[in-house]
Amino acid sequence: MRVSVLLFAIYRELAGTGNLDVSLPERSDVRALLAALRGRGRLSALPAEVSVAVNRQYAEPGTILADGDEVALIPPVSGG
Amino acid sequence: MAWSDVGFGEIAPAVVLERVGAGGHGAVNLFLGVVRDSNEGRPVSGMEYEAYEAMAREQLAAIVAEAERALRGGGRVAAVHRLGDLKVGETSVAVAVSTPHRAAAFEAARRVMEEIKVRLPVWKRERYLDGSPEWLGGQAPPVGAGGDRTREDRHARVGPAGPEA
Repeated sequence: MRVSVLLFAIYRELAGTGNLDVSLPERSDVRALLAALRGRGRLSALPAEVSVAVNRQYAEPGTILADGDEVALIPPVSGG
Repeated sequence: MAWSDVGFGEIAPAVVLERVGAGGHGAVNLFLGVVRDSNEGRPVSGMEYEAYEAMAREQLAAIVAEAERALRGGGRVAAVHRLGDLKVGETSVAVAVSTPHRAAAFEAARRVMEEIKVRLPVWKRERYLDGSPEWLGGQAPPVGAGGDRTREDRHARVGPAGPEA
């Protein structure tokens, strides 16, 4: 399956792009996606803890992904 | 009905004030967040706000709806957050709350701002007079925020070895 990964702010600069298409085994979870991303060159520098949203909802490490999901890596937020 | 918006236009306080108020509301509280001219001693020339826009709109709508619901029919809540390039002195966020009496209006406005600070997917980059722009450190958002998660879930994080204890 494929998921669309969105990167913002400092993570976008780290990756050098705001958008990645990632192939994963069926029923992979958020934790597996992050492990796959860390295996790519520039994203190996992701911090140990990363907040993630799946289809615009904050998700958990064990959240199971589905084909076509939009997964956003959310750096520490600083609105206001 | 609670009201909110996230966008690039300048914020006029009237935009949120006109969304609150009622015959029985004797208190209207307006909070404005404004770009400062310095941060930790460094002179600042402006601020750039970036967002995960679709999610930020949904999250801000949820935040104001939750704050209004907590007033149990006794208040109205509105909020707007601005994105893009802001100059010193410009308003980045506005929150208005109306209630029958003042205590609840202050409390609800504070609650909305605290939630914005921890879960609105917005990032700011400060521009300095004496150097290159920098992303500001922020809050790690709670897991499951905005849904029906419990507070106990809020400290779970995704790490290479799984969630923290």
